[in-house]
Amino acid sequence: MIQLQNISKRFLSNVVLDGVSLDVQDGETVALLGPSGVGKSVTLKMINGLLKPDSGDVIVDGLHVPKLKRHELAELRSRIGYVFQYGALFDSDPVAENIRLGITNEDQYHDEAYWKERVKECLRLVNLSADVADKYPAELSGGMKKRVGIARAIAGKPKYLLYDEPTSGLDPVNADVIDGLIERLRDELGVTSVVVSHDVRGSFRVADRVALLWQAKIRAVGTAEEILASRDTAVQQFLERDLEMSLIQAEGNQDRHGA
Amino acid sequence: MAAVAGALDLVRYVGRWGSRPAQHVLGNAGRFTYLLIDLMRGLTEWRVYLPRMFTQATHIGYGSLFIVLLVAGFAGAVTSLQTGYQFTGSLPLYYAGAVISESMILELGPVLTALILAGRIGARYAAELGTMRVTEQIDALESLGRSPITHLLLPRVIAGILVIPALTMFANATGIVVGYLTAKGSLGLTYADFEYGARYFFRPLDLWYSLIKSYCFAGAVTLIPCYIGYNTQQGAEGVGRATTTAVVSASVTILLLDALTTKLLLGVK
Repeated sequence: MIQLQNISKRFLSNVVLDGVSLDVQDGETVALLGPSGVGKSVTLKMINGLLKPDSGDVIVDGLHVPKLKRHELAELRSRIGYVFQYGALFDSDPVAENIRLGITNEDQYHDEAYWKERVKECLRLVNLSADVADKYPAELSGGMKKRVGIARAIAGKPKYLLYDEPTSGLDPVNADVIDGLIERLRDELGVTSVVVSHDVRGSFRVADRVALLWQAKIRAVGTAEEILASRDTAVQQFLERDLEMSLIQAEGNQDRHGA
Repeated sequence: MAAVAGALDLVRYVGRWGSRPAQHVLGNAGRFTYLLIDLMRGLTEWRVYLPRMFTQATHIGYGSLFIVLLVAGFAGAVTSLQTGYQFTGSLPLYYAGAVISESMILELGPVLTALILAGRIGARYAAELGTMRVTEQIDALESLGRSPITHLLLPRVIAGILVIPALTMFANATGIVVGYLTAKGSLGLTYADFEYGARYFFRPLDLWYSLIKSYCFAGAVTLIPCYIGYNTQQGAEGVGRATTTAVVSASVTILLLDALTTKLLLGVK
């Protein structure tokens, strides 16, 4: 279980999070929605200890993340897979080594037969062929990089998966593929997931519950139906804006296909 | 260890509340010291850094050999020509053997090699690590429960500390050989005279001095760029700034260490 308890964070004079609280139950997928720059990624980085809150607490598996010692944090992180917004693949290593680095058990990491098999398995789980293993990140498309990033995050068989804008920068078709992948991993691996996104449609598809982060606070939490039915002006404003973007994208696609 | 950590926290605390330049210097001193402690701690994880260290050593050693030998060769040749210009008609020619070999071993070999490598290896380390920082690759390593210190920094630092002294010895030898050949061609110096002069003024301490200096320089060439690259911020501009700062800082440190080691090891008053 992941618990964010009244966390606040500021960078110089910029208040990014102000008393944010959120619980994510085991096996649940929660999408953290919000416009750019409201602190969604900051929240995600606090869950695996890459950033510390100025105040408040983050509890994962009963452990108080900001108070963990370095080796305790490393141990906790081995149970948390993190998918970075731009992949953050190690560009000097081939895909196989990138995924291998995700194997957090040291004995398995050094066991050649195991890691080669695990790399193949992870590539299969993200719908990539085994021959991608020998390629370098620079040889991959944006969508493939995202999928390799997911493969690396699941290589260590984590209990939790954190996705930072998994569909940003992708065309609608590839975004759908990634959304489908998130659903499939939830069903096949039974992981607890937090998905940070500003894509309303995708978030409603993959998440059991959605939390809207607005002006440094959680403005609404609930199922897709509850969020859609919300009378909160900020929620409506955000949903309308996203709907407009979807319409513009859809028109753009129609024009391209028509031409 | 707790006392050391407490002292470092005090330095950081004072730095935070001091004036901006003092804050900058003390903050960096604190972070650099923490980095050194982390590097020491990481030494036990040899299974992680040894394979990467060999790759780095090959890259920087083999890749730098040509430029190091080229510069050392020219330094030997120019020293030889200038010695001829200064000494011809005033001092016995065998002195040229001493001047060329001692200049290369005591000063030109270690310092020129270190300055070249500060540009070549230092810039590479700072740019690589800086890019990894701004593209979240370092965060990615940490998020996998792996230490960037043992995966990224230790292989680079150890590779540099092993390779740079070796390159320095090659540079010394190349400078002396090219210096002799130049003296032979331009001054008519015989091998016997050259060898006599070189041996007459040579002390084993000179070679040790050259080696110790090169190890100190290797520390500057590797640690400073790694520290600066590892702490890069603010995107592509930050990487550019980190690379420039790393080369300049490493070069200035080499010159300071040159003066310090000369004073301490040769006992010059």
